Amino acid sequence: MGMEGIGARVARKEDKRFITGAGRYVDDMVVPGMKHAVFVRSPHAHAQIKKIDTKAALAMPGVIGVLTGKELKADGIGNLICGWMIHSKDGTPMKMGAWSPLAFDKVRYVGDAVVVVVADTKGQARDAAEAVDITYKELKAVVSGADATNKGVPQLHPEAENNLIFDWGLGDEKAADAALASAAHVTTMNIVNNRLVPNAMEPRAALGYYDKAEDHYTCWTTSQNPHVARLVMSAFYNVAPENKLRVIAPDVGGGFGSKIYIYPEEIVCLWASKKTGVPVKWVADRTESFLTDAHGRDHHTTVKMGFDKDNKIVGLKVDTIANLGAYMSLFSSATPTYLYATLLSGQYDIAAIYGNVRAVYTNTAPVDAYRGAGRPEATYVLERTMETAARELGVSPAELRRKNFVKSFPHQTPVIMCYDAGDFGASLDAAMKAIDYAGFAKRQAASAKNGKLRGIGMSTYIEACGIAPSAAVGSLGAGVGLWESAEVRVNAVGTIEVLTGSHSHGQGHETTFAQLVNQRLGVPIDSVSIVHGDTDKVQMGMGTYGSRSGAVGMSAIVKALEKVEAKAKKIAAHLLEADESDIVIENGALKVAGTDKNVPWFQMALAAYTAHNLPAGMEPGLKETAFYDPANFTFPAGCYICEVEVDPETGMTDILRFVAADDFGNIINPMIVEGQVHGGLAQGVGQAFLEGCHYDATGQLLTASFMDYCMPRADDLPSFEVSHQCTPTPSNPLGMKGCGEAGAIGSPPAVINAITDAIGNNDLSMPATPQKVWAAVHATKN
Amino acid sequence: MYPVNYHRAKSVAEAVKLAKGEAKYISGGMTLIPAMKTRLAAPSDVIDLSHINELKGVKVSGKTVTIGAATTHFNVAHDEKLAKVCPAITHLAGEIGDPHVRYCGTIGGSIANNDPAADYPAALLALDATIVTNKRSIPAAKFFKGLFETSLKDGEIVTAVTFTAPAKAGYAKFRNPASRYAMTGVFVAKTKDGVRAAVTGAGDDGVFRSKEVEAALAKKFEASALDGVKVSAQNLMTDLHAGADYRANLIAVMAKRAVAQANG
Repeated sequence: MGMEGIGARVARKEDKRFITGAGRYVDDMVVPGMKHAVFVRSPHAHAQIKKIDTKAALAMPGVIGVLTGKELKADGIGNLICGWMIHSKDGTPMKMGAWSPLAFDKVRYVGDAVVVVVADTKGQARDAAEAVDITYKELKAVVSGADATNKGVPQLHPEAENNLIFDWGLGDEKAADAALASAAHVTTMNIVNNRLVPNAMEPRAALGYYDKAEDHYTCWTTSQNPHVARLVMSAFYNVAPENKLRVIAPDVGGGFGSKIYIYPEEIVCLWASKKTGVPVKWVADRTESFLTDAHGRDHHTTVKMGFDKDNKIVGLKVDTIANLGAYMSLFSSATPTYLYATLLSGQYDIAAIYGNVRAVYTNTAPVDAYRGAGRPEATYVLERTMETAARELGVSPAELRRKNFVKSFPHQTPVIMCYDAGDFGASLDAAMKAIDYAGFAKRQAASAKNGKLRGIGMSTYIEACGIAPSAAVGSLGAGVGLWESAEVRVNAVGTIEVLTGSHSHGQGHETTFAQLVNQRLGVPIDSVSIVHGDTDKVQMGMGTYGSRSGAVGMSAIVKALEKVEAKAKKIAAHLLEADESDIVIENGALKVAGTDKNVPWFQMALAAYTAHNLPAGMEPGLKETAFYDPANFTFPAGCYICEVEVDPETGMTDILRFVAADDFGNIINPMIVEGQVHGGLAQGVGQAFLEGCHYDATGQLLTASFMDYCMPRADDLPSFEVSHQCTPTPSNPLGMKGCGEAGAIGSPPAVINAITDAIGNNDLSMPATPQKVWAAVHATKN
Repeated sequence: MYPVNYHRAKSVAEAVKLAKGEAKYISGGMTLIPAMKTRLAAPSDVIDLSHINELKGVKVSGKTVTIGAATTHFNVAHDEKLAKVCPAITHLAGEIGDPHVRYCGTIGGSIANNDPAADYPAALLALDATIVTNKRSIPAAKFFKGLFETSLKDGEIVTAVTFTAPAKAGYAKFRNPASRYAMTGVFVAKTKDGVRAAVTGAGDDGVFRSKEVEAALAKKFEASALDGVKVSAQNLMTDLHAGADYRANLIAVMAKRAVAQANG
């Protein structure tokens, strides 16, 4: 390992601009003549729009336009779509209701956009928005997924009878039923996975600019995947053809999934720019973020896990209702299906599995992928059930898991996935050692002396990421391929630009991608620039989510580098009058192996561009492109153990220690990986005992600000103790599995298992707030 | 935020003169400014009291404590003379909000707003403090009137708070996990006139004295005196974060911890 190569703890190149306030976000963008948009949103969860009167608003100072959904429709702008087709068990396609970027007949959740006001200043736009007079006829609302298909419940979309979007299954139901019927012990649980608000630090924003002279649109937007945004806005929303639309996602302050999707606001800003003749910027305020960013999770699940007399799992059956909110967001159908039920085998060898998922509409914000996306839900179901089974069977939770681990690879599960590599026992051992599992009883007794209840809980998770082999996801309903592209441009002075379809919104790509180039070519990372986030600069790309930038994005860079290296070697061999096969690239030079003959990298690059002395027939220049389509998913896995102390008098939980032992395969920059794990753990631990999104029965969001929605703070969290095990994946050239989501996927059950262990009551749901824990302690005492 | 006229008053007399129409007094602005930003409050004018020197500072004379209305929580928390005669109040001030809030927020602003989850009202009620305004002196028990309501009249400005330091006092609160305001806070004081215990964050009509806690502590000013004491859940608040039963439990638990703190 070099000082800046793979494995080095290089400080992040991008942090200088971020921590000095020099980052450039969408809200920093200024276009001459730019005006400001404010959306008028529905205050009702469910209502018919009877009348929209914009007269008074149009007469307000500074107002340039007040535009409605009817005008948008008249201009041919399309409805928002969900890009992943799911078929129900009976073969019928999912029932997708219409989602107009501006509602014109009916509103279906609090925050639904109805009218956009464009004015000289944001303040004027806000004043005018208050003057828009909309007459609603209120309808009854349904907010809980568990109630959505009941008789007599309000219907959201005429397309979806009983609010049912699909009733989908994966696995062999008969085999699972038979296995459970023959089981010596069956553990049954009802599990709720709580709804979450993503809360990226930077709120969503869009700036639409229509250039009349060129008949061309530019959209600056807070996106994790600007090329996908361009594709979808062109192909489905008829904003403009792709060659007339440039999408730029500059610095983006966190996404966690919520910025994958195309929302109404960016479409409306582009359309409104043409309509009004001025560039139109919109920046969400925090309340809009709470109301309208795609929420995460929200599952109601029943699980049955059967064991034989030797405590081997023989069968698993899972029945889940997934609340998708008022409209189907871009990938909302994939999250509770192919990103969820495919992981129900966990780290275990289970012969028979069946997962049934019913997705439903409710009068709440749309729900889509949020850090982990489906895999945290699967892990929570499995790992709470394993811990509960161990308690019921009276065996050690660690040994019950170990007994059921998959131990040889490749391993084909009954739910599509084929695990390529792993060593689950290694992570379990590492985590147990790190937390001194054996010494827990002593620590518990010490806590008891102080009147405190101490508990320990674990979670052994697996996830599928490196998303994803295009043909495989295509066969499962995906509307896109999930490859990645890269272009490596070697400049005439030898400096390098890597253009990538991945998008960094906190992940540190400018550093890790440059470290890969350093490893291969030996050039310093300061002479490598990573270019991303602009459809005019970077060829087609698929963006960043599903822990894919390393496993897929960097693999594409490897493929492009291989082509660059091959050509560079040819040039060097020609200059050195050596055989091409004898040339090696080392420390920034091309050398004849075993000799001191070499040509420095920059000199070779200059030769490529002067083209004075190139091999016969070779094209000048040095720039190569690659598209990489992964052969398989990758399977990061690990073991998390949490130790807590509960104050029985108040129900307050103190997370004393949290140990994470992760196998991400090969790692580029351990410091950045640790940062990703810490962030993921903070979100997962937050879900477990702090964060909960609540609507009241009428569909009003009760947790619409940080006064009521509890985001984790530093003092809520312990100092995480992380370690890495390594079984490189054979599925990509770098042996990397991905690390972005693991923390959020594996941690919630570890926390809840620890708290329920402490209080001796397993009837506890997330978030385990002090009140809930106190009530559970109280229930145990009685 | 709607456009608003800002006035910086140099004296209480000037502040009174400036108050017209839909004007509001502002001190630290810790509640008013967020409400204005979300357009939930829309005063035509704000009159800033936080630069009036006569309203600032802590005076301790024997057992008599006077805290100027525009004294920040930070300055209360770090007043050494006050810490000697009534450490419970400096402790309380040091636990309000976060450092930003403590540098800006003031005691006068806090009690004039009378947020049902604010800390100071519990202390002032338990200490039987007097709230001094530009017009009169009001006992704490008459000053705090329900949720966000006080007996202040239009144009009346809190200028100081004064109380006699108790023999012993303590304050313990359980924070709302999200807002970190007191979900239940109990201030106990052993004064020459007896034991007083006031509760914030829990009552459905704002700060109040707990009869159950006071009766138990009157017998013995020890945490153990509260063992087995049941606080009634009647008239307690129920919200997303805590039900009345849970708050009733927290009153007893926080009272115990406050007494333990008072006894050092």
